[in-house]
This record gives sequence, C-alpha cells and structure tokens, in this order.
Amino acid sequence: MQLSREDLLKAYRQMKTIRVFEERLHDEFATGDIPGFVHLYAGEEASGVGVCLNLNDNDYIASTHRGHGHCIAKGCDVSGMMHEIFGRADGLCGGKGGSMHIADLERGMMGANGIVGGGPPLICGAALTAKTLGTGGVAVAFVGDGGSNQGTTMESLNLAKVWNLPVIFVVEDNGYAEATSSSWAVAGDAVRRAAGYDIPAQQVDGHDFFAVNEVAREAVERARAGDGPSLLHVKLSRYYGHFEGDAMTYRDPDEVSKLRQDKDCLDLFQKRVNEAGLLEPAQFEEIDRDVATLIDDAVASARAAPVPSAQDLLTDVYVSY
Amino acid sequence: MAKKSVRQAINEALASEMRRDPRVVIMGEDIAGGMGAPGEDDAWGGPLGVTKGLLGEFGRDRVLDTPITESAFIGAAAGAAATGLRPVAELMFVDFMGVCFDQIYNQAAKFRYMFGGKAVTPLVVRTMYGAGLRAASQHSQCLYPMFTHIPGLKVVIPSSAYEAKGLLIQAIRDDDPVVFFEHKAMYDEEEEVPDEAYTIPFGEANITREGDDVTVVAFGRMVQFANQAADKLAKEGITCTVIDPRTTSPLDEDTILEEVAATGRLVVVDEASPRCNMATDISALVAQRAFSALKAPVRMVTPPHTPVPFAADLEDLYIPGPAQIEQAIREVAA
Repeated sequence: MQLSREDLLKAYRQMKTIRVFEERLHDEFATGDIPGFVHLYAGEEASGVGVCLNLNDNDYIASTHRGHGHCIAKGCDVSGMMHEIFGRADGLCGGKGGSMHIADLERGMMGANGIVGGGPPLICGAALTAKTLGTGGVAVAFVGDGGSNQGTTMESLNLAKVWNLPVIFVVEDNGYAEATSSSWAVAGDAVRRAAGYDIPAQQVDGHDFFAVNEVAREAVERARAGDGPSLLHVKLSRYYGHFEGDAMTYRDPDEVSKLRQDKDCLDLFQKRVNEAGLLEPAQFEEIDRDVATLIDDAVASARAAPVPSAQDLLTDVYVSY
Repeated sequence: MAKKSVRQAINEALASEMRRDPRVVIMGEDIAGGMGAPGEDDAWGGPLGVTKGLLGEFGRDRVLDTPITESAFIGAAAGAAATGLRPVAELMFVDFMGVCFDQIYNQAAKFRYMFGGKAVTPLVVRTMYGAGLRAASQHSQCLYPMFTHIPGLKVVIPSSAYEAKGLLIQAIRDDDPVVFFEHKAMYDEEEEVPDEAYTIPFGEANITREGDDVTVVAFGRMVQFANQAADKLAKEGITCTVIDPRTTSPLDEDTILEEVAATGRLVVVDEASPRCNMATDISALVAQRAFSALKAPVRMVTPPHTPVPFAADLEDLYIPGPAQIEQAIREVAA
C-alpha cells in the first residue's frame, strides 16, 4: 500500500523528533542534571514509528526500558516526557516514573518497563480487553533481543495464540542485550520460535522504515480481523550504549560510525522519498526546524519546571486506602 | 438465612459481580476445565470446585481457562485491569507466586504510582493458602506477608464464609489491585450467609470476642482457633478480645491499639512463617505506639521457621492450634 504524503511527513517528523530528543538527552545527561538511568533509542526510530503509524489511540503498546521512541511514536506529549525525565512535578507521570516508566494510558501507551520481558503479559491483557469489550483495538508488545529470551515472552506467545488475541509482538533486535551479543545469547531465532507456536512471523530490516511499516501493517490488519497474533523480528542498531555512561567496550570501535554512515534510518528514509519525488527538500527542512525548536523548548521548560513537593511522596499509591 | 460453605460464598460473590458488571471476567487454570478435551465442559470448576457452574451462566468469553503459565495470565489480568476490564484471576496456590510475582509486585502494584496517579488497576488475584491438607512444602504456605510488604497492593484474608463473600465483593468493586487469600482447609466450613450481595469494607477489623484480660489478633483460619481458645478460657474467668483484622493492607491499626490499651496484653496468632510476618509487624506496631499500656511481653504464636512438612504428624505439629494459643494467653495473663 502506498503511504500518503501526510503519512510520510508524520513518519519523518516522529523519527526526527525521536532522534533529536535522544541526542539531546545524551548531552543533557552528561551535565549531571538528569537523575537515574537513561536508555536511548537513537538509531532504532524506523521500528517504533514504522509500527505505530498503523495504530490509533484505541490501540495499546507496551514498551521496554528503551522506551522514549515508542512513547513519541504513540503520540505521547514530548514536552511532558522531557519534564518527566528531568523528574519534574508536571512531567507526564508527575516525576514519579522517570525514563524507565513513562506512560500515558490515554494515548494507549502502557509504559516503558524496567523489567526486561515485563510487557508481553500486560499486552495480552490489553488485547483481551479489546476483544472482550469489542473495541476493535489491537495491542503491541515491544521487546528487545534480551526480552525475547524471557519466559514471560514465551508464555505470552503461547497465551496470545491459545486465546487468539489481537497482539503483535515486535522483537527489536539491536544486537546487544546490555553488553552481550544476541548472536550468542539467543538460541535459534525469533521467527522460527514464533513458527513453533503457529504464529505468523517475519524478519525485517529495522533500518528501513518502509519495510517495517509494511510488515507491521499486515500484522495489525491480521489482528484487527480477529486472526490472532503475529511477530516481527526487527533487526536494527542502537547508536548509544545500553545505558548512558556505557563505554561500549564490547563493540568494535568504529561500529557505530559505520552504522551512522551506511544504515541510518533517517538518511535511508530521505533518500527513498527524494528518489521517488514524494516530498520536497524544503518540507524536511521545515520539520527539522520545528523539531529543533520543540526539543529546545522542552529542555528549557523542563529545566525551569518545579520539582515534586514533599506531599507528592505519599500520593497515588492507591485509589483509596 | 441459609447456611453456606466458604466455597459457595465465594462462588456467589463471583456470580453476583459478573451479573452486575459485564467487565468482570474470571481466569485461571481449570477454573472451568475441560477446554479442548473430549469429556465434560466445566469438568472441574476450579481445582476445588469453587468456580463450578459459572461457565454455564457466563460462557467461555468471561470464564477463561488458561494454560499453566502464571506469568502470562496473571500479567494479562493486570494489563486487562489497566485497560478497562475488572478481572479476577485465580493463582491456584499462592506458592506459585514464584513464577509470576513480577507481574503483581513490579507491574500491577506500581502502575498507579509510577504513572503519576493516572492508572486504575481493578485486579483481584484469588489464591489458596495454608497448611492442613498434607500438601507439603510447595502447596501449603501462608505468603500474605510478602504481598502485604508491597505498597500498592491490598491484601485480604477472610476468616469465614460470611466474611469471604462480603470481602470478595468489595475486592471486585475496589479500584486497586487486591490479593484475596482463601484457606484451603476452610472451603467446606459453613455459616449463615445472605443470598444478596453485600460488602465488607477493607481496613475495618472485626471483633469476634470481647473480653477484658488479653487482646488476641489472628488472621484467616487462625481466627477460629483463637475464638476456640478464648471460649475455653472464658469458662475459667480469663476473657479475651479477639480481633480479626480482615485485611493486612490496609491494616486497622486503630482497633488493635485501642484494644491493647484496654487489656494491656497481646497475643498475635499468625500461620505464616515467623520471621517478618504479621505477628512481628503487629508486635512492632504495639511496641512503638502502645508500649506504655503493656503489662506483659507480647506473645507470638506461629509455626516454626521451617518449610511446611508432609507427614501428617509433622504437619499437625507445625500448624498453630487452639492449645498453643490458649497456652500463650495463659502466659501473658499470668
């Protein structure tokens, strides 16, 4: 299916927003002003955006510790995210979640997750809600190559198939679970594992937005039609370490610069669109300017925003107690 | 009013809430049974028949049998709760928490706080606990202290059929995640239970015996043992106030403190392993806030710090009983 110009502009804007958001966080983290752990999605943008362009607010996603990109792709407020990551009272989660727990249920974003493999069971539940209440929604579980090995993911593949749930499992395989190569840690491969559950699955080049978007569309359509779960094995690359501060001594010293040179998803997107004459260079430039302003403003307002008050420590534990 | 068993009371609570609210679904291993098998539908109705008959009224869309994958379906219940259903998931034995606890304590319990108060997770996990059926070390534990420890969870331990029905209906209508403990040795115990739906609020203790000499706090099955001990001692002129807190989270601290202030003597009876259990928790509460009222050291009646044994004579030794409670009361009253 041909994407509309509107879709292409939206996709580029989201991918660019994620890239600039993450590169800026890399710089801001180095100042020491961002608390805790931060895991950056830069390099992987085509996956989150390629998948989520097929979704609407009625659909749910569950993310991972590397969740900023999924949040932006699902439509979470970018400034609210930045405030959250800075631990501010007016952040998306009131400063109580931080980078690893950003969520916005109103946008169908069930949370980044500090537990590797935490999301797939939850997304089976979101899919069960959609099926039981007849909302027409689907649910997407993002996991990494590390998360793909967790028992929760295996159990969820089984449950989603047995219950015929509208779930799409997206295994984002960036080659490393922390500092361990997926070529060592993952026995077999995700597609053949899914085949063992009779779940349709495809491997796709995660640097190629168009390829991801296409296979995701098929999977989402299958789920919406009531034909059960699918799995996508997305091969992609992360530009930064597992966490900010990771010296990445386990990678070839020039690995990332080569990836940026040859496999950058934004470059590949622009090249493809330019060659097809679908968008004007000026349209990319306009988006680039907008995004730069958006992120500048988000950081400036986050830095100026109030921190939570002492009373906030004790609220939001229960609805009633 | 008809006499009903704990099993019937729980079944009625589930049925009435499923009738009342189409968002209530139940799920678990063999809660109906017979899925995909050539024999009867609703073959089990739960391993001890607690959910029997619900399949016939509510169908497979709302009575969901699961594969034996506790992480997946307890997590699915949490995810469904956060997105609009009100699931009641059965964790067949609480001992199985080890294969799914992350989905309860890191996920469901923390959504509301981590997401800045924007999540509502009306999840109920029903689970079977306790010793007495010769079920040995992996099917007999009282792990409610481990759930009580987690902010964001509510923990309910009914002590009778009447209590079970009212507390379970409250749990299903509650907007927070609730873990509901059913003692496996109590399912056949009967008492009068109304046919209609009613709720018992959380965090409000029930005083089952009133007396002047000793305050006894007990949980779940231990409440009836405490009552038996109190009734026996009353004939000798030692009178006890027996408190059933009903919920360990929230905990009705006020009632405990008021009653200890009145009697000056405390025995806490807890079937859970003795370290970091409800007995130690309540002893610490009283030591901190009612120390000056105490006329004698607090006594804790618990099992020993061992796994639950299999052999009948060993298990009988393991479980705290009325005789030990009586002994403890005599000691603090002396």
